Amino acid sequence: MSHSAPRYASNDGVADAIAKALGKDVVSIDEVHGEIAVTVVTSRLVEAMIALRDECAYQQLMEIAGVDWPDQDPRFEVVYCLLSLTKNHRIRVHVRTNEDVPVPSVTGIWPVAGWLEREVFDMYGVLFEGNSDLRRILTDYGFQGHPQRKDFPLTGFVELRYSEEHKRVMYEPVTLAQDFRSFDFMSPWEGADYVLPGDEKGEAK
Amino acid sequence: MSLSPDLAPTTTGEDIQNYTINFGPQHPAAHGVLRLVMELDGEIVERLDPHVGLLHRGTEKLIEYKTYLQALPYFDRLDYCSPLAMEHSYVLAIEKMLNCEVPLRAQYLRVLFAELTRICNHMLNLGSHVMDVGAMTPNLWLFEIREDCLNFFERASGARMHAAWFRPGGVHQDVPLKLLTDIGDWLDKRMPTLFEDAISLVADNRIFKQRNVDIAVVSKDDAIKWGFSGPMIRGAGIPWDIRKSQPYDVYDRMEFDIPVGTKGDCYDRFMVRVEEVRQSVRIMKQCLRDMPEGPVLTEDRKVAPPKRGEMKQSMEALIHHFKLYTEGFKVPEGSVYVATESPKGEFGVYLVSDGTNKPYRCKIRPTAFSHLQAMDFMSRGHMLADTTAILGALDIVFGECDR
Repeated sequence: MSHSAPRYASNDGVADAIAKALGKDVVSIDEVHGEIAVTVVTSRLVEAMIALRDECAYQQLMEIAGVDWPDQDPRFEVVYCLLSLTKNHRIRVHVRTNEDVPVPSVTGIWPVAGWLEREVFDMYGVLFEGNSDLRRILTDYGFQGHPQRKDFPLTGFVELRYSEEHKRVMYEPVTLAQDFRSFDFMSPWEGADYVLPGDEKGEAK
Repeated sequence: MSLSPDLAPTTTGEDIQNYTINFGPQHPAAHGVLRLVMELDGEIVERLDPHVGLLHRGTEKLIEYKTYLQALPYFDRLDYCSPLAMEHSYVLAIEKMLNCEVPLRAQYLRVLFAELTRICNHMLNLGSHVMDVGAMTPNLWLFEIREDCLNFFERASGARMHAAWFRPGGVHQDVPLKLLTDIGDWLDKRMPTLFEDAISLVADNRIFKQRNVDIAVVSKDDAIKWGFSGPMIRGAGIPWDIRKSQPYDVYDRMEFDIPVGTKGDCYDRFMVRVEEVRQSVRIMKQCLRDMPEGPVLTEDRKVAPPKRGEMKQSMEALIHHFKLYTEGFKVPEGSVYVATESPKGEFGVYLVSDGTNKPYRCKIRPTAFSHLQAMDFMSRGHMLADTTAILGALDIVFGECDR
């Protein structure tokens, strides 16, 4: 280990202890970049979290992150970052879900999950069963869509301005003076599967 | 008319009911754009619903469209009161994925400036907390220190606030020796005088104590359940500091103490921050004492650019520079969650890489989210005027909360 990122207690034996505590709820336990990631069965999340908190001493839920993998099924990944204050260790718990399959809420275990789940709902449209306050949190009142999804454009769909004529703030479809440019840095010599503008002739041969 | 115990008597015979008021989003004590919907019974807060997101700029989405290096300046703009602390988590996350070694001098410089950032942040927070509960002078005095800090940032990076000075693999530029000696002099003379002067006005002040002691008491259990971190969890009496327990950069070589609160009220949280400033001074002095000479950026040319002079001589250096600033570097597949002790608490970055030159997902864990969420239970049963003291002691900045 030569990087200087936070160094916590070693991962030795942690995976085995977690596998033992969770039993059949575990789908897989991976260790990448020195961090342990436990994938659990979505419907058994609450039981698994209680076991992790009580048997493995991961007392704090620090973060819930959503990730969108549009090419995979189930599409969404919800990541829970747990911290053990007593063992000085961190793990991540991953569950996979779809748009229409709710994830069991962990608000009963950690009340902090309330807002964190609201954020994942807001950004990805993942539903949490048992969260009594699943409102949008970061986006505007009355916002439509889930902006962190990979198929949601960076520029969005509407823009906002104050209309002097109507004396109020108005939403209008977004108009771009210049098309949004996304550079992919793929080398045309190494497998880019499109034709560069101006190269059409060469392709026709 | 019968008098029921839960209704206050009025002269006209009407019942007084709970009413809802709107605090913010434009209010000087809201520390930014916070909207609090408060249900009040007289002046007692019954329920409080913070509405956040008024400063949501889609930082995480924007980062997905930038290379790793281009995404860095967004971090300055999260918590704009402690910009370098935000960058710290991000560069460490990238370095962890690249397994990139950082030269020792760069690690010392980062710790030095991270602690300077902590002082800078606490000056703003302590000052505004004091001002929220009615005192004017300490805020003005503490701002002098903050001004000095910003000048040091400017001399190191060229920018007063949005420094973008921490880079994957080290720091952008070395600092001039005169800057280090000036920081040393400042830590010895000007800073303690100004700071202790200002704090002496409030620490034992009767009015300040009346406004803060026993306000919003948080127990250890609650602090853990609500995901508290930083001065908030230490104020509740848990000696948890990531700099100590999960040291990054050269924090393991530093000697410093972790202050903890005894009661978990607003006054404790205030005093924890005050003591943290003194400890930061201690850490900075050790940094200045022990800092070695040497490079400040990794020699790995796939991550860090070559020096200007080198580029004028070497074609390879020129290619490296060009590739780095157009395509950027590629980060191996996988994901990491890296959290550091920012002045406000645990600031984490959950970074997912798909092996390309752009982050696939960059989830930012703001400190404010868990703290502000707990405000509902912390404020219940307190007076309306206490909410500003509670909010001041939470130390919230909306750039980071709303992202």
